[in-house]
Amino acid sequence: MWDGSSAGNTLAADSRFGPPPPHPLHSISADLTALESRLSDFPHPSPMATIQPIAGELEPHPDVALVERVRGGDVLAYDTLVRKYERQIFRIAQHITQNREDAEDVMQDAFLKAYEKIDQFQGNSKFYTWLVRIAVNESLMRLRKRRTGKMVSIDEDIETDEGSVPRDLADWAPDPEQNYNQAELAEILRKTIQGLPQGFRIVFVLRDVEGLSTEETATTLGLSIPAVKSRLLRARLQLRERLSRYFRRKRGVEK
Amino acid sequence: MTCTEFLALLDDLIDDSVSAKTRAELQAHLGNCDHCKVTLDTTRKTIEIYRSHEIYDLPAGLRERLHAAIMARCKKGC
Repeated sequence: MWDGSSAGNTLAADSRFGPPPPHPLHSISADLTALESRLSDFPHPSPMATIQPIAGELEPHPDVALVERVRGGDVLAYDTLVRKYERQIFRIAQHITQNREDAEDVMQDAFLKAYEKIDQFQGNSKFYTWLVRIAVNESLMRLRKRRTGKMVSIDEDIETDEGSVPRDLADWAPDPEQNYNQAELAEILRKTIQGLPQGFRIVFVLRDVEGLSTEETATTLGLSIPAVKSRLLRARLQLRERLSRYFRRKRGVEK
Repeated sequence: MTCTEFLALLDDLIDDSVSAKTRAELQAHLGNCDHCKVTLDTTRKTIEIYRSHEIYDLPAGLRERLHAAIMARCKKGC
Protein backbone atom coordinates (compact mmCIF):
# COMPACT_ATOMS: atom_id res chain seq x y z
CA MET A 1 0.00 0.00 0.00
CA TRP A 2 0.98 3.60 -0.33
CA ASP A 3 2.85 4.46 2.77
CA GLY A 4 2.69 8.24 2.79
CA SER A 5 -0.35 10.30 3.59
CA SER A 6 1.62 13.35 2.54
CA ALA A 7 2.32 12.18 -1.00
CA GLY A 8 0.46 15.20 -2.35
CA ASN A 9 3.08 17.45 -0.86
CA THR A 10 5.87 15.41 -2.29
CA LEU A 11 4.83 16.34 -5.79
CA ALA A 12 5.68 19.90 -4.99
CA ALA A 13 8.99 18.77 -3.56
CA ASP A 14 10.90 20.98 -5.89
CA SER A 15 13.13 22.02 -3.05
CA ARG A 16 15.67 19.86 -4.80
CA PHE A 17 15.78 22.51 -7.50
CA GLY A 18 15.84 25.63 -5.37
CA PRO A 19 13.15 27.64 -3.66
CA PRO A 20 9.73 26.00 -3.83
CA PRO A 21 7.47 27.38 -6.56
CA PRO A 22 3.89 28.37 -5.86
CA HIS A 23 1.69 25.32 -5.62
CA PRO A 24 0.84 24.34 -9.21
CA LEU A 25 -2.84 23.99 -8.51
CA HIS A 26 -3.08 27.63 -7.58
CA SER A 27 -0.72 29.15 -10.06
CA ILE A 28 -1.78 27.94 -13.47
CA SER A 29 -4.21 30.70 -14.23
CA ALA A 30 -1.74 33.33 -13.11
CA ASP A 31 1.03 31.60 -15.02
CA LEU A 32 -1.02 31.51 -18.19
CA THR A 33 -1.60 35.20 -17.94
CA ALA A 34 2.09 35.79 -17.27
CA LEU A 35 2.93 33.51 -20.15
CA GLU A 36 0.69 35.41 -22.50
CA SER A 37 2.16 38.72 -21.50
CA ARG A 38 5.68 37.43 -21.81
CA LEU A 39 4.99 36.05 -25.23
CA SER A 40 3.04 39.05 -26.41
CA ASP A 41 6.17 40.96 -27.27
CA PHE A 42 7.33 38.23 -29.60
CA PRO A 43 9.32 38.22 -31.85
CA HIS A 44 11.59 40.70 -30.13
CA PRO A 45 14.29 38.48 -28.75
CA SER A 46 14.37 38.34 -24.98
CA PRO A 47 17.14 36.92 -22.83
CA MET A 48 14.80 33.98 -22.08
CA ALA A 49 14.77 33.06 -25.76
CA THR A 50 18.39 32.13 -25.84
CA ILE A 51 19.01 28.43 -25.73
CA GLN A 52 22.59 27.51 -25.21
CA PRO A 53 24.03 24.99 -27.65
CA ILE A 54 24.33 21.57 -26.09
CA ALA A 55 27.89 20.79 -25.14
CA GLY A 56 29.44 18.32 -27.50
CA GLU A 57 26.92 19.05 -30.26
CA LEU A 58 29.43 20.07 -32.88
CA GLU A 59 27.55 19.23 -36.05
CA PRO A 60 25.35 22.10 -37.19
CA HIS A 61 21.66 21.20 -37.22
CA PRO A 62 20.46 20.51 -40.79
CA ASP A 63 17.87 23.29 -40.40
CA VAL A 64 20.66 25.86 -40.20
CA ALA A 65 21.51 25.42 -43.89
CA LEU A 66 17.82 25.53 -44.86
CA VAL A 67 17.29 28.74 -42.90
CA GLU A 68 20.30 30.27 -44.63
CA ARG A 69 18.84 29.36 -48.01
CA VAL A 70 15.49 30.92 -47.07
CA ARG A 71 17.30 34.09 -46.05
CA GLY A 72 18.94 34.07 -49.44
CA GLY A 73 15.51 34.07 -51.10
CA ASP A 74 15.01 30.33 -51.69
CA VAL A 75 11.35 29.80 -50.93
CA LEU A 76 11.55 26.10 -51.72
CA ALA A 77 13.89 25.67 -48.78
CA TYR A 78 11.12 27.11 -46.63
CA ASP A 79 8.73 24.58 -48.10
CA THR A 80 11.06 21.87 -46.86
CA LEU A 81 10.95 23.32 -43.35
CA VAL A 82 7.15 23.52 -43.51
CA ARG A 83 6.83 19.86 -44.56
CA LYS A 84 9.17 18.87 -41.80
CA TYR A 85 7.27 20.57 -38.99
CA GLU A 86 3.70 21.12 -40.18
CA ARG A 87 2.30 18.16 -38.27
CA GLN A 88 3.93 19.15 -35.02
CA ILE A 89 2.81 22.76 -35.32
CA PHE A 90 -0.74 21.78 -36.15
CA ARG A 91 -0.85 19.36 -33.22
CA ILE A 92 0.44 21.94 -30.77
CA ALA A 93 -2.11 24.48 -32.01
CA GLN A 94 -4.89 21.92 -31.75
CA HIS A 95 -3.89 20.89 -28.24
CA ILE A 96 -3.87 24.48 -27.02
CA THR A 97 -6.89 25.91 -28.84
CA GLN A 98 -8.91 22.66 -28.76
CA ASN A 99 -10.58 23.90 -31.91
CA ARG A 100 -9.87 22.68 -35.42
CA GLU A 101 -10.50 25.92 -37.26
CA ASP A 102 -8.39 27.89 -34.83
CA ALA A 103 -5.61 25.33 -35.13
CA GLU A 104 -5.67 25.63 -38.93
CA ASP A 105 -5.44 29.41 -38.69
CA VAL A 106 -2.69 29.21 -36.10
CA MET A 107 -0.64 26.88 -38.26
CA GLN A 108 -0.96 29.21 -41.27
CA ASP A 109 -0.19 32.32 -39.25
CA ALA A 110 2.73 30.75 -37.42
CA PHE A 111 4.48 29.60 -40.59
CA LEU A 112 3.81 32.89 -42.36
CA LYS A 113 5.07 34.87 -39.41
CA ALA A 114 8.20 32.74 -39.14
CA TYR A 115 8.80 33.26 -42.85
CA GLU A 116 8.48 37.01 -42.56
CA LYS A 117 10.61 37.24 -39.45
CA ILE A 118 13.25 34.73 -40.41
CA ASP A 119 15.93 37.42 -40.36
CA GLN A 120 15.22 37.83 -36.66
CA PHE A 121 15.80 34.15 -35.96
CA GLN A 122 19.02 33.78 -34.04
CA GLY A 123 21.04 30.66 -34.60
CA ASN A 124 21.57 30.14 -30.88
CA SER A 125 18.21 28.37 -30.59
CA LYS A 126 16.89 25.62 -32.81
CA PHE A 127 14.63 26.70 -35.65
CA TYR A 128 12.02 24.19 -34.47
CA THR A 129 11.99 25.60 -30.93
CA TRP A 130 11.68 29.11 -32.32
CA LEU A 131 8.79 28.00 -34.51
CA VAL A 132 7.06 26.29 -31.58
CA ARG A 133 7.35 29.49 -29.61
CA ILE A 134 5.59 31.40 -32.38
CA ALA A 135 2.88 28.73 -32.61
CA VAL A 136 2.29 28.74 -28.84
CA ASN A 137 2.05 32.51 -28.89
CA GLU A 138 -0.41 32.50 -31.78
CA SER A 139 -2.49 29.78 -30.11
CA LEU A 140 -2.73 31.71 -26.87
CA MET A 141 -3.78 34.83 -28.72
CA ARG A 142 -6.61 32.87 -30.34
CA LEU A 143 -7.59 31.52 -26.96
CA ARG A 144 -7.60 34.98 -25.46
CA LYS A 145 -10.02 36.13 -28.13
CA ARG A 146 -12.45 33.49 -26.95
CA ARG A 147 -11.55 33.92 -23.34
CA THR A 148 -14.98 34.36 -21.81
CA GLY A 149 -16.26 31.01 -20.67
CA LYS A 150 -13.06 29.26 -21.66
CA MET A 151 -11.01 30.56 -18.76
CA VAL A 152 -13.77 29.74 -16.32
CA SER A 153 -13.55 26.06 -17.14
CA ILE A 154 -9.78 26.16 -16.81
CA ASP A 155 -10.10 27.58 -13.32
CA GLU A 156 -12.53 24.86 -12.38
CA ASP A 157 -10.22 22.19 -13.70
CA ILE A 158 -7.23 23.19 -11.67
CA GLU A 159 -9.07 22.89 -8.39
CA THR A 160 -8.74 19.14 -8.69
CA ASP A 161 -6.15 17.10 -6.88
CA GLU A 162 -6.75 14.24 -9.27
CA GLY A 163 -3.79 12.11 -10.14
CA SER A 164 -1.44 13.59 -7.59
CA VAL A 165 -1.37 10.22 -5.88
CA PRO A 166 -1.88 7.15 -8.04
CA ARG A 167 -5.19 5.56 -7.05
CA ASP A 168 -5.85 3.09 -9.81
CA LEU A 169 -3.11 0.58 -9.20
CA ALA A 170 -4.34 -2.19 -11.47
CA ASP A 171 -1.81 -3.26 -14.03
CA TRP A 172 -2.64 -2.73 -17.70
CA ALA A 173 -3.20 -5.41 -20.25
CA PRO A 174 -0.16 -6.20 -22.39
CA ASP A 175 -0.29 -3.86 -25.43
CA PRO A 176 -3.60 -2.45 -24.19
CA GLU A 177 -4.09 -0.23 -27.23
CA GLN A 178 -4.63 -3.32 -29.33
CA ASN A 179 -8.02 -3.82 -27.70
CA TYR A 180 -9.30 -0.81 -29.66
CA ASN A 181 -9.32 0.04 -33.33
CA GLN A 182 -7.44 3.12 -34.53
CA ALA A 183 -10.47 5.40 -34.48
CA GLU A 184 -11.55 4.29 -30.99
CA LEU A 185 -8.05 4.65 -29.65
CA ALA A 186 -7.61 8.12 -31.12
CA GLU A 187 -10.92 9.15 -29.56
CA ILE A 188 -9.87 7.82 -26.14
CA LEU A 189 -6.53 9.62 -26.33
CA ARG A 190 -8.15 12.88 -27.48
CA LYS A 191 -10.87 12.80 -24.84
CA THR A 192 -8.39 11.99 -22.11
CA ILE A 193 -5.87 14.70 -22.90
CA GLN A 194 -8.58 17.29 -23.51
CA GLY A 195 -9.72 16.77 -19.93
CA LEU A 196 -6.36 17.79 -18.56
CA PRO A 197 -6.01 21.33 -17.16
CA GLN A 198 -4.63 23.63 -19.84
CA GLY A 199 -1.41 24.42 -18.00
CA PHE A 200 -0.60 20.74 -17.59
CA ARG A 201 -1.61 19.82 -21.12
CA ILE A 202 0.72 22.32 -22.80
CA VAL A 203 3.68 21.13 -20.77
CA PHE A 204 2.96 17.46 -21.48
CA VAL A 205 2.51 18.08 -25.20
CA LEU A 206 5.68 20.12 -25.64
CA ARG A 207 7.83 17.97 -23.42
CA ASP A 208 6.59 14.43 -23.99
CA VAL A 209 4.84 14.47 -27.35
CA GLU A 210 6.84 17.03 -29.31
CA GLY A 211 10.17 16.23 -27.73
CA LEU A 212 11.30 19.58 -26.33
CA SER A 213 13.68 19.40 -23.41
CA THR A 214 12.62 20.61 -19.97
CA GLU A 215 14.70 23.75 -20.51
CA GLU A 216 13.22 24.41 -23.95
CA THR A 217 9.70 23.89 -22.60
CA ALA A 218 10.40 26.31 -19.75
CA THR A 219 11.80 28.91 -22.14
CA THR A 220 8.97 28.51 -24.63
CA LEU A 221 6.28 28.91 -21.97
CA GLY A 222 8.09 31.47 -19.84
CA LEU A 223 7.96 29.12 -16.85
CA SER A 224 10.63 28.14 -14.37
CA ILE A 225 12.20 24.70 -14.68
CA PRO A 226 10.73 23.54 -11.34
CA ALA A 227 7.28 24.65 -12.54
CA VAL A 228 7.67 22.64 -15.74
CA LYS A 229 8.83 19.59 -13.80
CA SER A 230 6.02 19.83 -11.31
CA ARG A 231 3.41 20.17 -14.06
CA LEU A 232 4.89 17.37 -16.11
CA LEU A 233 4.64 14.92 -13.23
CA ARG A 234 1.04 15.94 -12.54
CA ALA A 235 0.16 15.70 -16.23
CA ARG A 236 1.71 12.27 -16.64
CA LEU A 237 0.03 10.90 -13.53
CA GLN A 238 -3.38 12.33 -14.40
CA LEU A 239 -3.24 10.93 -17.92
CA ARG A 240 -2.12 7.57 -16.57
CA GLU A 241 -4.95 7.53 -14.08
CA ARG A 242 -7.55 8.40 -16.69
CA LEU A 243 -6.26 5.94 -19.30
CA SER A 244 -6.25 3.19 -16.72
CA ARG A 245 -10.02 3.04 -17.04
CA TYR A 246 -9.61 1.83 -20.62
CA PHE A 247 -6.39 -0.09 -20.48
CA ARG A 248 -6.46 -1.96 -17.20
CA ARG A 249 -6.24 -5.71 -17.34
CA LYS A 250 -9.74 -7.15 -17.22
CA ARG A 251 -10.42 -9.71 -14.54
CA GLY A 252 -10.55 -13.24 -15.93
CA VAL A 253 -9.22 -12.20 -19.33
CA GLU A 254 -5.62 -12.94 -18.52
CA LYS A 255 -3.58 -13.90 -21.53
CA MET B 1 12.91 4.24 0.25
CA THR B 2 9.19 4.89 0.69
CA CYS B 3 6.56 5.03 -2.06
CA THR B 4 6.30 8.77 -1.53
CA GLU B 5 10.01 9.21 -2.12
CA PHE B 6 9.79 6.95 -5.13
CA LEU B 7 6.97 9.01 -6.62
CA ALA B 8 8.95 12.22 -6.17
CA LEU B 9 11.69 10.73 -8.36
CA LEU B 10 9.39 9.03 -10.87
CA ASP B 11 9.89 11.60 -13.62
CA ASP B 12 13.65 11.65 -13.20
CA LEU B 13 13.67 7.88 -13.47
CA ILE B 14 11.50 7.91 -16.59
CA ASP B 15 13.63 10.65 -18.14
CA ASP B 16 16.79 8.81 -17.20
CA SER B 17 18.20 11.70 -15.23
CA VAL B 18 19.10 9.99 -11.96
CA SER B 19 22.50 9.08 -10.62
CA ALA B 20 23.59 5.46 -10.56
CA LYS B 21 23.23 5.42 -6.78
CA THR B 22 19.67 6.78 -6.86
CA ARG B 23 18.79 4.43 -9.68
CA ALA B 24 19.92 1.48 -7.58
CA GLU B 25 17.77 2.68 -4.67
CA LEU B 26 14.77 3.09 -6.95
CA GLN B 27 15.31 -0.37 -8.42
CA ALA B 28 15.56 -1.84 -4.94
CA HIS B 29 12.23 -0.26 -4.03
CA LEU B 30 10.62 -1.56 -7.22
CA GLY B 31 11.72 -5.07 -6.32
CA ASN B 32 9.51 -4.95 -3.24
CA CYS B 33 6.63 -2.74 -4.33
CA ASP B 34 4.15 -3.87 -6.96
CA HIS B 35 2.20 -0.63 -6.78
CA CYS B 36 5.17 1.52 -7.68
CA LYS B 37 6.10 -0.90 -10.42
CA VAL B 38 2.62 -0.63 -11.92
CA THR B 39 2.74 3.16 -11.63
CA LEU B 40 6.11 3.30 -13.36
CA ASP B 41 5.18 0.87 -16.14
CA THR B 42 1.81 2.42 -16.89
CA THR B 43 3.17 5.97 -16.79
CA ARG B 44 5.86 4.98 -19.28
CA LYS B 45 3.20 3.34 -21.44
CA THR B 46 1.05 6.49 -21.24
CA ILE B 47 3.88 8.60 -22.63
CA GLU B 48 4.70 6.05 -25.31
CA ILE B 49 1.10 5.82 -26.48
CA TYR B 50 0.77 9.57 -26.83
CA ARG B 51 4.09 9.79 -28.60
CA SER B 52 3.34 7.07 -31.12
CA HIS B 53 -0.27 7.80 -32.09
CA GLU B 54 -1.36 10.64 -34.29
CA ILE B 55 -4.54 11.93 -32.67
CA TYR B 56 -4.96 15.07 -34.76
CA ASP B 57 -4.57 14.48 -38.49
CA LEU B 58 -3.54 17.36 -40.67
CA PRO B 59 -6.75 18.59 -42.34
CA ALA B 60 -6.99 17.95 -46.07
CA GLY B 61 -6.00 20.95 -48.12
CA LEU B 62 -4.30 22.81 -45.29
CA ARG B 63 -0.82 22.15 -46.63
CA GLU B 64 -1.82 23.44 -50.08
CA ARG B 65 -3.44 26.57 -48.64
CA LEU B 66 -0.34 27.31 -46.61
CA HIS B 67 1.89 26.75 -49.61
CA ALA B 68 -0.22 29.14 -51.67
CA ALA B 69 -0.13 31.75 -48.91
CA ILE B 70 3.64 31.53 -48.66
CA MET B 71 4.08 31.81 -52.41
CA ALA B 72 1.79 34.86 -52.46
CA ARG B 73 3.82 36.45 -49.68
CA CYS B 74 7.02 35.56 -51.49
CA LYS B 75 5.94 37.28 -54.69
CA LYS B 76 5.61 40.49 -52.75
CA GLY B 77 9.05 40.50 -51.29
CA CYS B 78 11.48 37.67 -51.88
